[in-house]
Amino acid sequence: MTQAQLEKTANNPPHIEEPEERHWRDFFGFSTDHKVIGIQYLVTSFIFYCIGGVMADLVRTELRTPEVDFVSPEIYNSLFTLHATIMIFLWIVPAGAGFANYLIPLMIGARDMAFPRLNAVAFWMIPPAGILLIASLALGDAPDAGWTSYPPLSLVTGQVGQGIWIMSVLLLGTSSILGAINFLVTILKMRVPSMGVHQMPLFCWSMLATSALVLISTPVLAGALILLGFDLLAGTTFFNPTGGGDPVVYQHMFWFYSHPAVYIMILPFFGAISEILPVHARKPIFGYKAIAYSSLAISFLGLIVWAHHMFTSGVPGWLRMFFMITTMIIAVPTGIKIFGWLATIWGGKISLNSPMIFAMGFLGTFVIGGISGVMLAAVPFDIHVHDTYFVVAHLHYVLFGGSVLGIFAAIYHWFPKMTGRMMNEFWGKVHAVLTIVGLNMTFLPMHKLGLMGMNRRIAQYDPKFTSLNEICTYGSYILAISTLPFIINAVWSWWYGPKAGNNPWRGLTLEWMTTSPPEIENFEKLPVLATGPYDYGVREKEVDIQAVLNIEPGEPYPTIESGV
Amino acid sequence: MKIPSSIWTLLIGVVLTLLSLWYGQNHGLLPTAATDEAVLVDGLFNAMMIVSTGIFLLVEGILIYSAIKYRRRAGDNEDGPAIEGNVPLEILWTAIPAIIVLGISVYSFEVYNDIGGFDPHSVHEAPIVQESMTMPGAAIAATLSDTPPSTSPNLNQEKSDEAMQDPATAAVRNADQIPQKRNAPGVGSVAPTIGGSPERAGLPPELRVNVTGLQYAWLFTYPDTGITTGELHVPVGREVQINMTANDVIHAFWVPEFRLKQDAIPGRQSEIRFTPRLAGTYDLICAELCGPYHGAMNTKVVVEETQEAYDAWMEEQLVASSETLNQAVAVNPTDLSPDEFLTHYTKEMGIQPEIINQVHTAHHHQ
Repeated sequence: MTQAQLEKTANNPPHIEEPEERHWRDFFGFSTDHKVIGIQYLVTSFIFYCIGGVMADLVRTELRTPEVDFVSPEIYNSLFTLHATIMIFLWIVPAGAGFANYLIPLMIGARDMAFPRLNAVAFWMIPPAGILLIASLALGDAPDAGWTSYPPLSLVTGQVGQGIWIMSVLLLGTSSILGAINFLVTILKMRVPSMGVHQMPLFCWSMLATSALVLISTPVLAGALILLGFDLLAGTTFFNPTGGGDPVVYQHMFWFYSHPAVYIMILPFFGAISEILPVHARKPIFGYKAIAYSSLAISFLGLIVWAHHMFTSGVPGWLRMFFMITTMIIAVPTGIKIFGWLATIWGGKISLNSPMIFAMGFLGTFVIGGISGVMLAAVPFDIHVHDTYFVVAHLHYVLFGGSVLGIFAAIYHWFPKMTGRMMNEFWGKVHAVLTIVGLNMTFLPMHKLGLMGMNRRIAQYDPKFTSLNEICTYGSYILAISTLPFIINAVWSWWYGPKAGNNPWRGLTLEWMTTSPPEIENFEKLPVLATGPYDYGVREKEVDIQAVLNIEPGEPYPTIESGV
Repeated sequence: MKIPSSIWTLLIGVVLTLLSLWYGQNHGLLPTAATDEAVLVDGLFNAMMIVSTGIFLLVEGILIYSAIKYRRRAGDNEDGPAIEGNVPLEILWTAIPAIIVLGISVYSFEVYNDIGGFDPHSVHEAPIVQESMTMPGAAIAATLSDTPPSTSPNLNQEKSDEAMQDPATAAVRNADQIPQKRNAPGVGSVAPTIGGSPERAGLPPELRVNVTGLQYAWLFTYPDTGITTGELHVPVGREVQINMTANDVIHAFWVPEFRLKQDAIPGRQSEIRFTPRLAGTYDLICAELCGPYHGAMNTKVVVEETQEAYDAWMEEQLVASSETLNQAVAVNPTDLSPDEFLTHYTKEMGIQPEIINQVHTAHHHQ
């Protein structure tokens, strides 16, 4: 190509011709439509959630009794290793990316993501990585050094399984980096001209913060895993003490990603909750800017707290104090969000429907995880409970009570937009109640177990902990059962649910200003903002969707070359 | 009569505070506190429980109250009042958590100092700081092995040499296979841990015990007498220093009743000091995942009621070890399969043979 041709191609908007209609088989192929990719992400990650959930129940079944009587200790270790890896890398992180893919272009009035092909590539790395990971079980040599894979243990357990784990997580990390680049560019460059950053829905703010975090931290994990791979397969001794390597260096590198990973998993759902609460409480979000900037603050602070995972390993005394204080400070922006949400529902007109029950459940359980997080930041106390069930309880309150309830709230909220049909309210409520009861029953007793002296990642334990473990195990069965009404409801409603109309919740963000499900390229003409995203109660009359869609003349869409 | 809302707020505040104060002291979530350090840590935990209970009740209370009070009535399709923000309120709820975490940080800092987290000898940890200032640029760019050996004392090396001087320790510590870091120039070449409390900083501990963690047992050597045991015995009321390392993978030394934990990391020396205050037998648990049999890596810590009882136990061990010392040294754990190895130690750890049988024998180690 000549220089002129190259320039011409480069300056073309990243627009790929799409067919007129959507067919079911499009969801099984290499589509570049952000909405198809979004649903591909969500469905794939949900399948992995079910697989990871079955593993969790096997782990809990083993722990119902103090003896090792259900699976062998090797299999047990593989189960919890795979459970954690799947839930983190194949469920919560991709589910967040799924919502971001589906919603961001709609929310900012764009036709697609900035890099549609890259977007599809990012998604198509996930299924092979997941299948690879689970195949290790069939090979009889699944990874069993925990999801942290600390050397030297990860270097002396099975080589095949550990190698597969490294490969799979590297693929998933690459996928999430590619996704993050796409989200950042899309949010910064593709908004409709009438939308300044302060008119952006909060979900976009939270994805901005998440993507920045992914881009900074994930390469460090990749570095750690590549070095670990060399140690494992090529006999180097970066982390292997027998050759003078230092296992603690791995911990620093691993947690430099893996602590931010917690925020990568929770920030998108902070955003989703900020969208859901105002709609169903019919009130503007309280403290828009405070909530928006607190996402960025969490993102920044999240990068400088990693060594709190290492208070009992090799960090010097003064460094423990530094990381204690940075960790504690994260409670401030998180607190801003929680109080902002409470003030949003205070005095509102709350519809207690399934998305709202999940969102309020999110608030109520996440706060428990947040409080125990502050406790864990206190070094003298953390030294006592590190690597015990107290930590297991804390992380599940954050990631199940936070992220997973957030995912379900978001699914119930945006399902009508994605499919054009409503989900069944009754079964939605059954799902919500079973989930919230099950999660508290499973994870609340773990706080006491940890404080009393039960360490984590063990297949056999002191018989004095039996009764609490039984409660946890039965709770986990309730959690397993709770997904059944959801699966049936989602599948049934997708085909036969009552038609939703374009805007069943009377939302004011741009995604509600188009058809449900949205037409192939979202908006016929460049949309213009008729209201702010949260102007509930500001205007008496309903926003006329047709007015938003048919404003003349349709200006050209912004592209990645046009200004911010 | 209608009671003004400010009175209600005040009343709710008082009830909330009283409830939090009561629960923070009476939660019954922690095991017995058996060391001086544990008492301090429990104080911190109770303080945090008071604050946490208050925040928990406040948030859940508002949620449940809103769900009931502000529930949309049937047929009401209007929006709520459009309140978008309130700057003084936002400043208030930014300031309150900030002050709370600051308070908890200061309290934690105090406790950490009192249990010996800031033992002054840990100054030696970071010789690189002085070196890097005087080092020419080329030396910084060079690889670590090219760095001239540090002349300042290296605590890790001292600890290592000290531990290795005693033959029993040398045998169990497997130093030929995992070199202890020699003159490592980086920060943290010692895994610094809980040292002497401020009153005892710089003073030697009253009793030293060297501990080696290996899959799946703890071995204790008493440098003063040279005996090696599988169970830790210490007298009550005397400060003990545990000087630990690991032979294969990372283990963690944890006694829940002592509220202390420290990773034993291969290639490094780490330590904990504590003063037992309550006689009894406690579980010593490995808290860091160390392989499939991690859950079985437990032993006992016996805090002897009197110095005499401790001395008597030590006498007993001396007699026993004079008979079995050579044999014990001859056992090289790396030559044994984990199963053979386990059965040897589980006997003295008091684990029933049935449990071992339940542990599946098919393993894929190394």
